[in-house]
Amino acid sequence: MNWRRASLGVAAAFPVIALLAWGMTRDPKDIPSPLPGKSAPSFALSVFAPGQQPLARTVGDTVRLADLRGQVVVLNFWASWCLSCRDEHVTLSAVARQYAGKPIQFLGVLYNDEPVSGTAWIKEMGGQSYASLNDPGARTAIDYGLYGVPETFFLDAHGRVAYKQTGPASAQVLARVADSLLAAAEKDGAPTKRNQ
Amino acid sequence: MNGLIGHGALLISVAVIVLGIGAGVMAGRLRTQDWINAVYSAVYTNFVLVTIATGAMVVALVTHDFSVSYVAQVGSRATPLFYTIISLWSALEGSILFWGWVLSLYAVVVVWANRRRAGALVPWSATALLGVSLFFAILLIGPANPFHLVYPVPTDGPGPNPLLQNHILMAVHPPLLYLGYVGMTVPFAFAVGAMLSGEIGSNDWIKLTHRWTLLSWGFLSAAIIAGMWWSYEVLGWGGYWAWDPVENASFMPWLTATAFLHSAIMQERRGMLRLWNVNLVVGTFVLTILGTFLTRSGIISSVHAFTTGTIGYFFLAFIALVLVASLGLVAGNSDRLGSVGHLDSAASRETVFLLNNLFLTVFMFTVLVGTLFPLVAEAIRGVKVSVGEPFFNRMSLPVVIVLVFLMGVGPALPWGRASRDELRRKLVPPAAGAALLLAIALAAGMRNAYALAVVALAGYSIVANAREIVIGMQARHEARGEAWGVALLRLASGNRRRFGGYLAHIGVFAVAIGIAASSSMRSDREATLKPGESITVAGRTLRLKSVWGREETQRSVVGATLEFVENGRVAGIIEPRMNFYPASQQPVPTPAVRSSLLGDVYVNLQAFRPDGSNVTVKVIYEPLVPWIWAGGLIVVLGAITSILPQRVRVTREADARQPATGARGALAGLHANVEAT
Repeated sequence: MNWRRASLGVAAAFPVIALLAWGMTRDPKDIPSPLPGKSAPSFALSVFAPGQQPLARTVGDTVRLADLRGQVVVLNFWASWCLSCRDEHVTLSAVARQYAGKPIQFLGVLYNDEPVSGTAWIKEMGGQSYASLNDPGARTAIDYGLYGVPETFFLDAHGRVAYKQTGPASAQVLARVADSLLAAAEKDGAPTKRNQ
Repeated sequence: MNGLIGHGALLISVAVIVLGIGAGVMAGRLRTQDWINAVYSAVYTNFVLVTIATGAMVVALVTHDFSVSYVAQVGSRATPLFYTIISLWSALEGSILFWGWVLSLYAVVVVWANRRRAGALVPWSATALLGVSLFFAILLIGPANPFHLVYPVPTDGPGPNPLLQNHILMAVHPPLLYLGYVGMTVPFAFAVGAMLSGEIGSNDWIKLTHRWTLLSWGFLSAAIIAGMWWSYEVLGWGGYWAWDPVENASFMPWLTATAFLHSAIMQERRGMLRLWNVNLVVGTFVLTILGTFLTRSGIISSVHAFTTGTIGYFFLAFIALVLVASLGLVAGNSDRLGSVGHLDSAASRETVFLLNNLFLTVFMFTVLVGTLFPLVAEAIRGVKVSVGEPFFNRMSLPVVIVLVFLMGVGPALPWGRASRDELRRKLVPPAAGAALLLAIALAAGMRNAYALAVVALAGYSIVANAREIVIGMQARHEARGEAWGVALLRLASGNRRRFGGYLAHIGVFAVAIGIAASSSMRSDREATLKPGESITVAGRTLRLKSVWGREETQRSVVGATLEFVENGRVAGIIEPRMNFYPASQQPVPTPAVRSSLLGDVYVNLQAFRPDGSNVTVKVIYEPLVPWIWAGGLIVVLGAITSILPQRVRVTREADARQPATGARGALAGLHANVEAT
């Protein structure tokens, strides 16, 4: 046994071990979005599913992000073929209803799907409290750097992306983020519009 | 009760292993028979204990003993008996238990087959095997304990992951994989044993290691092909390889083991590459543990990753220990491992073997870099990246092309030195095979340059390898007047390892041609069909006949019946399905495949209307896919041929020359094979 060489061999092992050890502190599924903190990509999309009172919108109307300035916007990308979207559907629908009357807008955006299938899905799921928009060619989804569905973007009253949720959103996350954004909007006195 | 027995057996086994390792150190130092016997007894006892634990788990699964945590996790009264038994390896804890059992089995066979061998090699190797066993035993009583008591006892469980109870290959692929993967521990143990006993300078350990590597390599090859087949038959995407980290984890040790199977011959015949061989053996084992760590710790995103707990940290500690110990040992022994022989000429089989090792190693590093790159990129630049198929395909194709060519050149060249005349005689005629396959591929419409190169060079190499067999047969036929068939059999059994090598090469060519054709000439279409409507893909017309549903004991099934229409007539049906398991909201696609020698029609049911008025199907035509499975089978046959003991006459000779060896019977052929190559 040549101990000098042996210790060189041992030393060679350390970078690999260090890399793997460091890797243990990371979560590979946590894919950061570069958007939070940046101004949200604008969109103008037409309503295909009206939602229910008091959050209903008219089918065919165009919703522009610019028109929503001063309100918190919760943008949920979903699809009828997406199974996790089923899981979060009830939660989203209920939370949106709870916040009715506050300066916050919940909007669904259909991703890579036909409005007909989307409408049928909403019917099958027992309705949805807020309206959903059609995104032909997935242009808005691409602007938002969608990685999969469901993903939910929270935009603050200034139209900046404040938070992104990958995967189904829980009621806790929705309420926590919505409350903090509403409080921030209240505090810095952004010109808020009331929900209709 | 089962939980108590299993857990108890595992606790005792930890104690036995610790005592065994202690005895092993004494045996290695003092070399007295009593200590050696103590190590061997520990190996035997450990096997009995782990077998009891595994048996208790199987009994618990079969009797639906939901008081055992693992059964509560993967068991279900509705699951058929067969899938209940094989759910032993359908989740983390059970798979670790199975791993431990396979390892203890290997240890017993290794020790028993070599128990009379003189010297400290086997005692030290047995100690190394016990060391690795200790790690798995600790996992089994700690972070991966499958025998936790569950209270209150549930009345039923969710059943195994639906994907894992949807196809018969799930009974085949995992055990083969464990036999191959875990089997790589044995060569590693021999290398460690040889270094600790000071026998690393002799060629004895390399012969022993060569044969055991061949065995594990055969299992691993079969496992990789079976895994590809499973993925193809079950996942519904019509593919069989995606460069997922878990696939890479099985492929990297395969590459280094393949390199070793060749470079070991260099050491046996020429005394070359001695340090390199130790590195390959140790590297192969480290890659198996690294691969397991990557896919079990959640460190890298993989579709196959099991849910994780603290087990990742145990693996990390183990990898650190293995890396430090083995790199230290190898480096410390390196001055004893200089080459004795040297290259005589560039035009020789030795050169081709060197190149083959070089390219296989480059291939392995390419895959390793691609697999670890997301981690490195995040560590250095703080960015998340993913490395996908394009990287792996682009990087590996040129290497594959070179390797396919070398596999033809190597067997055709003699050891030592080839004359110009010999080179021309050996290397020119196989070009006819290349021309033939190239012409066929072009005629069939293949246009991808890489695929054409693979097919043409495979044609070259098939002829080169087949020619070696024919030349051997011809020599026997002419010299001894044997009939051709007899000559082939005698040739095969007379030099099994070389003949098995040719066979394995030919199998690899079939796999290469299958992959080249199916990946470059695949055509697919997706369509929503009403009953009576048709879809045509690659000249094959399928008409939707009906959409149906039925209840089976453990699942509900929705299926579509499609008819093949040829010249207005129905020429067979195909029934893709979707299986719904109660434990999972997600349906499990169950594609249907109609295979023929020339290609597969692959139909996957993508979606259906609940009223049966239409279905969406994806129809894929993939040429030559069955060649991949058939090629895999030929590779395995080659491995079996190489491992089978040599005829008795040769065995006696080998024994006579090596009186120290002593071991008789089947495993004694090991040495004979090596001598005869």
